[in-house]
Amino acid sequence: MRKFWVFTPFVAFLVMGVFLYKGLFMDPSKLPSALIDRPFPSFSLPSLYEPDQLMTEADFKGEVALLNVWATWCPTCKEEHEQLNKIGLREGVPIYGLNYKDDPQLARDWLQRYEDPYTKVVVDRDGRLGLDLGVYGAPETYILDSDGIIRYRHVGEVDEKVWQKLKGLMEIIAAEGEA
Amino acid sequence: MKLTLLPLLLCLLSFPLWASFETYEFSTTHNEMRYFHLSKELRCPTCQNQNISDSDAPLAADLRRELHRMIESGYDDDAILDFMVSRFGDFVHYRPRVAPETYLLWYGPFVLLFVGFGAVLMVARNRRLRAAAVQDAQVTDTAEESAGVTPLTPQERERLENLLRQDKNL
Repeated sequence: MRKFWVFTPFVAFLVMGVFLYKGLFMDPSKLPSALIDRPFPSFSLPSLYEPDQLMTEADFKGEVALLNVWATWCPTCKEEHEQLNKIGLREGVPIYGLNYKDDPQLARDWLQRYEDPYTKVVVDRDGRLGLDLGVYGAPETYILDSDGIIRYRHVGEVDEKVWQKLKGLMEIIAAEGEA
Repeated sequence: MKLTLLPLLLCLLSFPLWASFETYEFSTTHNEMRYFHLSKELRCPTCQNQNISDSDAPLAADLRRELHRMIESGYDDDAILDFMVSRFGDFVHYRPRVAPETYLLWYGPFVLLFVGFGAVLMVARNRRLRAAAVQDAQVTDTAEESAGVTPLTPQERERLENLLRQDKNL
């Protein structure tokens, strides 16, 4: 019994060590979404290309897709744009765009200049939908399943490494839907 | 010359107002107090160590606007906090709510305190038991003496006491 107690400080040290070690590789700026496994918030906002046409959350249903929150004022969005082009145009994965707190004209110009990887783009000019979605830093990329349920959120740039992870998750979610 | 310097000096007297970036009208002072209270209570998700009243991030401005709108349209504090938590998670609240997933956070320290207390009590009890055992040993000693058993020699007694003392110091 006594011998056992001698080891308690060491055990406590190990436990703390494990937690602190894990902490080294955690990014505190990455928050879990409060909306995981919840339906995409309802909205009624204009489409970027046809401003008279209102889009709703029903437009984001039908297939497993990415939803990318972006803006022309966001430098990281520009950095990841090439990757999005690759995903959307070369690999043919549907990406819905959410143009967040931006000038629609600037957004249209941007997509003309850098190519448009999005299947649909909704304009959230005053950030109301972004607020409902819990967006706290563009760019953010979500995975929606075919019922429009939010399944995953990634905050920050989507690069090849992140994309491979998202792709794997999308395949799992798609397989789930078929089963 | 002096007259031109004066306005410049006056400029030095002005200080920047960081705290509030926009002004909101409130229908009652009570609502205004609630606004100030809640905007200090809510964390800005973008700049995580500031509340939404301190932060000049665009998101914090949006949240303040939303907060003002909700207060003025008659939502109570709980409804407003629910609104924020359902969008940004428990993290948005500087004082996380007491819920099953935050029990560890709220009660964990008390559990640790309790465990520490228990450990101290146990160590103290062990000490006391050992001291009692030593006394018992001494009592039996005198009993043996009266029963006609050869008492310990002074050297032996000293050695015994040293050994016991060592044990106590352990």
